[in-house]
Amino acid sequence: MSFNEMFICIHEFLTVDQEIREEIRKVVQCLEQTAREILTVLQSVHQASGFKDIPSKCQKAREHFGTVRTHLATLKTKFPSDQYYRFHEHWRFVLQRLVFLSAFVVYLETETLVTRDAVTEILGIEVEREKGFHLDIEDYLTGVLTLASELARLAVNSVTSGDYSRPLRISAFINELDSGFRLLNLKNDSLRKRYDGLKYDVKKIEEVVYDLSIRGLKDKEDGDGEKL
Amino acid sequence: MERMNKKEGSNPYRKRKYENFQSQQKREERCDDNSPPSAMKKLFFCFQRELDQRHDKYERLVKLSRDITIESKRTIFLLHRISSTPDTSDILAESVTKLDTVRQKIKMIAQELVGEDMHQYHRAFSPGLQEYVEAVTFQYYIQTRSLMRLDEINKQLVFPHEENEKFEEASDDNEEKGKEEQQSLSLQVTPIDYLLGIADLTGELMRMCINSVGNGDISTPFELSQFLQQIYDGFSYIGNTGPYEVSKKLYTLKQSLGKVEGACYTLKVRGSEIPKHMLADVFSSKAIIIDQDEGIS
Repeated sequence: MSFNEMFICIHEFLTVDQEIREEIRKVVQCLEQTAREILTVLQSVHQASGFKDIPSKCQKAREHFGTVRTHLATLKTKFPSDQYYRFHEHWRFVLQRLVFLSAFVVYLETETLVTRDAVTEILGIEVEREKGFHLDIEDYLTGVLTLASELARLAVNSVTSGDYSRPLRISAFINELDSGFRLLNLKNDSLRKRYDGLKYDVKKIEEVVYDLSIRGLKDKEDGDGEKL
Repeated sequence: MERMNKKEGSNPYRKRKYENFQSQQKREERCDDNSPPSAMKKLFFCFQRELDQRHDKYERLVKLSRDITIESKRTIFLLHRISSTPDTSDILAESVTKLDTVRQKIKMIAQELVGEDMHQYHRAFSPGLQEYVEAVTFQYYIQTRSLMRLDEINKQLVFPHEENEKFEEASDDNEEKGKEEQQSLSLQVTPIDYLLGIADLTGELMRMCINSVGNGDISTPFELSQFLQQIYDGFSYIGNTGPYEVSKKLYTLKQSLGKVEGACYTLKVRGSEIPKHMLADVFSSKAIIIDQDEGIS
């Protein structure tokens, strides 16, 4: 093999690589679109009218996750399954977003933290790396941190809508989450940066709870709030 | 009533303190029966273990990569001494043993990566591999005056697993597993790492060219010039298809090529006029001018 032949080989390799990336980008764009749609559906829980039919909104969101599953299934076919991390950067962001969305749905339904297994089930992917397209642990944790800031917002808005008990439940949840994250030894990377934002979410929710308790609104029934 | 209250008041406090102490102890021990902590805590204990494992592996790989970089750099410095000594075989032999030790380190990386996705940790060891490519191709050039190809490099990085026999003795049921490893224990340099390593190599070749002129060697610069032109053609063929780093190196490559070509030009024009023993002086002044030009632009 001569000089030139080898460079032709490398060139071919690079071209194929670029084509794969192009294909992945296309699918990821579709995924981002679906993720935005799900977010729009779920965003309406922040409005006063949205509080009443949370279950139906979750139902609607779950239907959208069907589309996500098919998109992810096509994504899997676009690259060799043992080279997940070679192209990881392309779908990292959207996957974190999808983790957040499924965690949000699960929280609204059951008020618990979605497990990694449950997320992978919702998204139709694997838990372990060996089995194929999986969910990286850091992506999962980042998604959970996004949930925390969304819940801080929800706590504020639920007070506006007259739901005074929800902030307390959110507070308990976030506190537990916070102590969970304290167990982790994070490196100085993007996850760590996201984690540093968690304390502000905790603070915000605590303020809401404080406001409610000094006004004696903590124990009142939901209906009373609307009269104020 | 009051006394009872007091009693009740003090007891929970003590209890809480005791509980705190307990939970602290547990955190330190990280013991298995985490039944008192909530489900979420349990979940995060698992995450902690997984993340720590991952970070530790990453750090180990970074360290190996650094060792490889240092040792490869030393090999390159060693090889540069060749042009100033008449006896090259000693230095070459030393460089071969040095590169062997580097390969041992690469083998350790390969061992770390058994059963892992190589690309997950690629960023940790890629600088070391590039430096190794640089060193090994430099040595190859000195020996054969040609470019070591990617498949030849990768052929050297397949490690037959000799120590396996020890493992097999220790546990007989692992025998098949050991055989599998025997086949798969290798670390393949990616085309991109190869390209980046080669781009660095051209810088070394440029230095070698200048050095050899300084030593009164007139044939080497012309060989090098031709060789660098070939490499440059290869890179030009790849052009922008590669990642950003490759195109960035292309610019430096062009500079190195310009220097070598300029050196050859000087040799050709002035070489016939000036007596051989003065060539070095003429050339060194020319080289300084080139360097100054570079500083300005």
